[in-house]
Amino acid sequence: MKRKDSSIRQLTYCQAINEALVQLLERHRNIFIMGLGVDDCGRIFGSTRGLSERFGKKRAFEIPISENAVTGVAIGASLCGMRPIMTHQRMDFMFYAFDQIINHAAKWHYMFGGQFPVPITIRTIIGRGWGQGAQHSQSLHSLFAHIPGLKVVMPSTPYDVKGLLISSVLDDNPVIFIEHRRLYDEKGAVPEEFYSIPLGKARIVKKGRDITIVANSQMVREAEKGAKELLKSGIDAEVIDLRTIRPLDEDLIFNSVKKTGRLIVADTGWRNCGIASEVSSSVAESVFEYLKAPILRITFADTPTPTSAALEKTFYPDSEDIVYVAKRLILGKKIKRKKKERAILDEQFKGPF
Amino acid sequence: MDKIISKTHISLLLSMLKTRMVEEKIVELYPEQEMRCPTHLYIGQEAVSAGVCQNLKKRDYVFSSYRSHGAYIAKGGSIKGLFAELYGKKTGCSKGKGGSMHIISKEVNFMGTSALVGGVIPIAAGTALASSMKREKRVSVVFFGDGACEEGVFQETLNFAALKKLPVVFICENNFYATNSHQLTRQAVDNIYKRSEIYNIPGFKVDGNNVLDVFKLSKRAVENARNGKGPSLIECRTYRWLEHVGPYFDYDLGYRSKAELDKWIKRCPLTTYEGVLLEKGVIRRSALDKMKEKLRREIEDAVSFAKKSPFPSVKDTHKDVYEKKR
Repeated sequence: MKRKDSSIRQLTYCQAINEALVQLLERHRNIFIMGLGVDDCGRIFGSTRGLSERFGKKRAFEIPISENAVTGVAIGASLCGMRPIMTHQRMDFMFYAFDQIINHAAKWHYMFGGQFPVPITIRTIIGRGWGQGAQHSQSLHSLFAHIPGLKVVMPSTPYDVKGLLISSVLDDNPVIFIEHRRLYDEKGAVPEEFYSIPLGKARIVKKGRDITIVANSQMVREAEKGAKELLKSGIDAEVIDLRTIRPLDEDLIFNSVKKTGRLIVADTGWRNCGIASEVSSSVAESVFEYLKAPILRITFADTPTPTSAALEKTFYPDSEDIVYVAKRLILGKKIKRKKKERAILDEQFKGPF
Repeated sequence: MDKIISKTHISLLLSMLKTRMVEEKIVELYPEQEMRCPTHLYIGQEAVSAGVCQNLKKRDYVFSSYRSHGAYIAKGGSIKGLFAELYGKKTGCSKGKGGSMHIISKEVNFMGTSALVGGVIPIAAGTALASSMKREKRVSVVFFGDGACEEGVFQETLNFAALKKLPVVFICENNFYATNSHQLTRQAVDNIYKRSEIYNIPGFKVDGNNVLDVFKLSKRAVENARNGKGPSLIECRTYRWLEHVGPYFDYDLGYRSKAELDKWIKRCPLTTYEGVLLEKGVIRRSALDKMKEKLRREIEDAVSFAKKSPFPSVKDTHKDVYEKKR
């Protein structure tokens, strides 16, 4: 008989989202969820499965493709004590709602002197590869993290996605909740109970002493792979999963850098004015004297996302880039770099996206 | 005078007078450069907010745009809070964080305003969605200008409100100008009231300078919303006397003529209505003078309260970015 701890149940990232939604809707009458696909045959890649059957079509419903207006509707409902959850199947569509998110949701509490909180959660999904191209692949989380008044969450594991979604929906502020499509089928231990993980707390994924690798969302997975690979060369990397990029858990990052003296930031996004830059400059400002080497950022290529698989492999950074950069920092010399050989990013993933 | 009782007439008159006198006080004081926020005055449009809000209960929700003093006052917002806000004081209705463009009165469910033209339209629909989910029989009313009708969010919201049959009334205050551009330089057809028809939302056009017409028409719209019959759109045609933002006339800029302004001043919603009520004997001249005197004192008190109030402290800058109850 295989030894297996039956008390730790395994769920996929997608199932964990679904379970969080079920438990939230079960417990709080003022929560509802709306979005294109929430109640269609696809159910947001399965994450909203069963909700309308169980809670009715008034609490889990389709919306017109009117991203901006529906975001405003969510804000309005939240002013009356509701806790709306809105979903976008891809982040790109959410940019139609910049006015409501940035000008209204993020401001309503502050500009009226703290009288009306706006407890809304906007779920949105980012991806990687499979020819998503320039308008179906953008990860502009940093842009939202730029805005005072918003919180920005990027879970990387099934355990986190459940606990952080519960916290986000119960938080009294507008939260941009960013899921990664590539993580949807990954399994992990998820307790059945209703639990929350505080927003603004990062997590040490793997302890290490030589170098700190700070990552978010799917890049945490690349950082873990990279750290494993680095061990073969005797390099012991510490991997930190940011979990939320606003608020940012600076203390955890600073303490790690104080210990390792080296920092790589791996972001599933672009470099210019991005969260990788934000982490880097905070570290440079606060714990500069501990640094033994320059801080390096690993981000998307500075182009719109190309479609061809041949171009995607140079566009998206991965664990190999992390290994290469870490070795360069620690061994202090130019290392010959293996050319990336894979024709596609992840052969297990079956499209369409 | 038809079926409207004199109490309603007096209430409508009082609301319009109060708004006009507050705005005139701002015109007087604004050049002192102490109200340091962009201020969009409502003079000439008072019949719209007064007429509509007369039909609302305290529990009903109201939203407006940046030209919102009228709606705020008509819904019952405190003028002390308003003046203090204009002066950037801690006692302001938004604690000095909003200014003229962001005023609010939670006590009377005046839910807030947006500087982004059509920005509040969907938010009002959201409060209506909440009311309908909670079966509360509250009505949401949103005031916006002719310019807002050009923003996509207006059409998006009309569709959503029709789809969900929401208890919301859309009030377009068509004053013909968006900043300095006439409606017909921006819109292909002069038919704002018709733009909800395609969603089966009834649309109406009314003389926005005739408070009784506005009152009667919006009464039906509000009742329909309250009784589960869904949204309505009302286009109130009125006129902004002063410049887009600030206390002065602006016919010297050349985009509109003094003759046009004079034509509308002759149709002043307030003096016209005063005249009718005096003529019909609903109010006597002496009572009207008393009413004005009382308002004058109330406004003086509010100004002096605002001027004497403290500014927010340095610490307040960082306060209320986030709600931290939890």
